[in-house]
Amino acid sequence: MQTLERIIEEHPFFEGLDHGFMDLVLGCATNVRFGKDTYIFKEGDTANTFYLIRQGNVALEIFAPQRKPIIVATLGEGEILGWSWLLPPYHWKFHAHVLQDTRAIALDGKCLRKKCEENHDLGYEVLKRFAGIVAQRLESTRFQLLDVFSAQK
Amino acid sequence: MTAAAAQFDAMVPSACVLKQVTKETPDTFTLAVARENGSGENAFAPGQFSMLWVFGVGELPISISGDPSKHDELVYTVRSVGKATHALVSQKPGTEIGVRGPFGHGWPFQAARGHDVIIVAGGIGLAPLRPMIYEVFQNRAEYGRLVILYGARSPRELLYRKELAAWARQPETQVLVTVDYGGIGWHGHVGVVTTLFKYARLHPARSVAMICGPEIMMRFVTRQLQEHGLQEQNIYLSMERNMKCAAGFCGHCQYGKHFICKDGPVFPYAEIAQLLDKYEL
Repeated sequence: MQTLERIIEEHPFFEGLDHGFMDLVLGCATNVRFGKDTYIFKEGDTANTFYLIRQGNVALEIFAPQRKPIIVATLGEGEILGWSWLLPPYHWKFHAHVLQDTRAIALDGKCLRKKCEENHDLGYEVLKRFAGIVAQRLESTRFQLLDVFSAQK
Repeated sequence: MTAAAAQFDAMVPSACVLKQVTKETPDTFTLAVARENGSGENAFAPGQFSMLWVFGVGELPISISGDPSKHDELVYTVRSVGKATHALVSQKPGTEIGVRGPFGHGWPFQAARGHDVIIVAGGIGLAPLRPMIYEVFQNRAEYGRLVILYGARSPRELLYRKELAAWARQPETQVLVTVDYGGIGWHGHVGVVTTLFKYARLHPARSVAMICGPEIMMRFVTRQLQEHGLQEQNIYLSMERNMKCAAGFCGHCQYGKHFICKDGPVFPYAEIAQLLDKYEL
């Protein structure tokens, strides 16, 4: 069985992270599982955690009145779920709906925020990695907004 | 036959009969067409296109989407987006239509033998790639792994859903499908086609990639493939322009120094890379 340390070290998000920082991150991590059709979090809930998905599939849904929920993205193995824990007011912006049984590492955002405040080098590393993910998601969203497959040009 | 006569023939449609019309999505239909005289002149290479003539309406360039090993009929997948395409997909079986072609340079299937094949398709772009997929399955030992990445606007706009599921069950084959907008009941990926790359098991050094979809999608995909280490010379794109004569006479489909109908529609990326970044071309 893989140790938590090994799992986090091998996760693409933490690839190449300094060992000293890794110890700090490990102190905030726990193994979690979510069953199909459950919700990991819901829009408006307090956001104090983020997840490294190890296996499974999670949909980010937006609730729209008088409509069925809209899935804006799905996240699978190797991906990061959630960055609302990083910025005030620390509230989730979407629902995270489990489409397939999912295993993940949950990282306590409050704990990590505190460590990042105390150690700005760690804070810079974490922010740099999240900035990369935010940039990728922004690019995908812009591409989605172009609606390139639409018949209307 | 002289060269002039051959060119003249290319401009004359042969009479064909519409055999079958199958609805793929709310606005996309697959048409099976056979020569009226029953002749078997239906050989084509994956990636080639024909000009389909709806009498009294007009002529359209349509990629061949059928199986290249079957010569009894020609198969086309058409999206109804304008007057002529709407007229074409509204024809009833038994109707006579004109067919010219096949035309153009298709996918480099011979050069791809011995390599892994990466197919990246967006929307109706899967249609011209389907003959290449058939080619790989019919000559399975000649090719390495087959990776198919397909993106569509929404679940109901996915083409060939049953075939995608069947291809995914084949050995040495990975099929990943995504939609830009998911709905309840869709348990697959949601996100643009480039988001599939992180799940694809690629071996860039031994792969040939073939891409078809909206140009902007192909630009993003090409960038991703190169970031994954695929060599520029192993990337091929199928381009689309306003093709009229299909034989390089009229110039409607001129693209830089190329005529898409005659020099394409499939081009090595290296040949057109400069043009893809040109504004308003």
